[in-house]
Parts: sequence; C-alpha cells; structure tokens
Amino acid sequence: MIEIIGVITGALIIVFGILAVESKKLINSVVYLSLLSLLSVLSFIIMKAPDVAITEAVIGSGLVTFLFIITLMQDKKAGDKK
Amino acid sequence: MKKIIAILLTVAVALFVFTNLYSGDSDFKAFGEKSLEETVSKEFVNKTVDPQRVQPETGSANIVTSIVVNYRGFDTMGEVTVLFVSALGVALLGGVLRKKVTFRYKPGFIINQGMKIIVGIILISGIYIFVHGHLTPGGGFPGGAMIGSAFLLMYLSDDKFRTRIAAFKVLEGLAGSLIMIVGLVGLSTGGYFLYNFLPNGEIGQLLSAGIVPVLYVLVGLKVGSEVSNILGDFFIGEVEE
Repeated sequence: MIEIIGVITGALIIVFGILAVESKKLINSVVYLSLLSLLSVLSFIIMKAPDVAITEAVIGSGLVTFLFIITLMQDKKAGDKK
Repeated sequence: MKKIIAILLTVAVALFVFTNLYSGDSDFKAFGEKSLEETVSKEFVNKTVDPQRVQPETGSANIVTSIVVNYRGFDTMGEVTVLFVSALGVALLGGVLRKKVTFRYKPGFIINQGMKIIVGIILISGIYIFVHGHLTPGGGFPGGAMIGSAFLLMYLSDDKFRTRIAAFKVLEGLAGSLIMIVGLVGLSTGGYFLYNFLPNGEIGQLLSAGIVPVLYVLVGLKVGSEVSNILGDFFIGEVEE
C-alpha cells in the first residue's frame, strides 16, 4: 500500500515538474512548484524523514511560494500606467 | 525539435545513472534495504538506543536533533551565519533602492480579518516547534521560518503594518551572541566549543538534553527575527537616515 502511494507521489512530482517548466503563465508555474513541494512533503513522510518534511512544508510550499507570488504581483508590464 | 532533444537527453542521463547505480558491483541499495551496520549512522543510533546505557549520551529523544545541535553544533552555527549574511545582502540592496515599494494590490476585507485569527495560531505553532525540537521532529529552522511566514502574512494583509520592527534587530543580535556565549562557556568548562555543560535530565521531559533546547530556542529566535527582517527590508526597501 505504502509503496503504491510512493510511486504515485513520485510520478505526480515529475508531472508537476514538467508542468511548472512548460506552463505559459508564470503564476501557474509558481502554483505547480508549490504543489510539487507539497507532494515532496508527502514522499519525505513516506521515507520516514519528518524533520525534513516539516522544513520542506514551511519553506518550500509556504515561504518561497508567497515570495514568488508577491514578486509577480509587483512587476509591471511594459505599457502599464503608474 | 528542441523538446525532443531535451527529452532524449533526459532519458539518456536517467538510464546511465540507473544502470550504473543498480548494477551488480554497485554499493547502492534500493530504498530501505541498506543495512545500517556499515554506515557511520550506526554509531549515532547506538549511542541513543543502546539498552546497556542508562540514558542516551545527549539526552535527546530525537536522534536527528542530537546530531544536528549536539555532535555537529558548529555546523548549525555556520548555517545561522549563512542566513545572517543573506539578510545583510538584502538590507544592503534595500539601501541601494531607497524607494518605498508601493503595492498595486490592496488587501481585501477577508484576508485582513482572517489574518487576525490565524496569525496567533501560526506564531504559537512556530514557537512550539522550536521549543520541542529535542523531543519531536522540527527544530529551530522550520520554527523560525514559520514565525517569519506569520509576519509575511501580516505584511500582506495590512497596509498600516508596513513599518520595520526595530526589536527584531536587537533580538537577532542578542540570540546570535548568546549562541556564541553558550559555545564559549562550553569551551571553558568542558574543553570543546559548544560542549554540553548542562545536566542531561530525564529523557522525554521538556527540560532535558542539556544545551540542545537552549541552542534550538536561540536558533529559532534568530532565524525568525532574521526572516522577518529580510521581509521587512524587502517590502520597505528604504533605510532610515
């Protein structure tokens, strides 16, 4: 059972990695990256590394995603007013 | 065409790595099949779970913490220094920018009110994680980052809250110097830097494992105030004259 979950998680990580690279809009890339981090938290728990899982959950899918989204909200397009 | 080449290259590298790793004479076992008898981690595990010993050498219930903060405490101090240098870099960049960052995005009512409920919970769980670092998974770095993310939420949800909190600079410096002082006290009493000079206590209690909880609380406070400082510099982008 746990092996099946591990294999599914690994496959989904690869799929989300490809989607994060290939998606057209940057904000979608950030969301896929966050999902990738979330799934890697799951796989760290399956591999019995809860310390790493907590760090990944806080930094990978929390802090980094927030920072990326804020930065994307900040940038201006070439023709934008103000 | 480019994509096909990229996929072919990826598959080729993956095949090369896997065939070499899992070939007959390789030392690399599948996950879960490597025996701990041949690795250095056996020593660390034995020091913690040996039935002959009255209690573990470090007194810490969490083996990972006993390695990170006790046996390799000097490494952890180096990591904290790396974070300090990056905070310094962001502060310098903010000084170069000299311009207040204006948000195009206005926080709505729901995020503003929801923040007031949720921030306390995030702060408390962050503090819980680094106070119980020697008993449960987690420790100073995730706990501190959690405190930092609570302050990120405050910066995001409230327009008025965009002031730099001066106490964080003091707290960061204080925690950093206290880590050094704990190390130096160990040097003078035990002969090693970061020597465990406090009694180990009873395993599983909150006040046990010698200097491990002390160091982890200091590391957590330092990381938390450091991350909040970085975010403050990032948002305000201005040095007060």
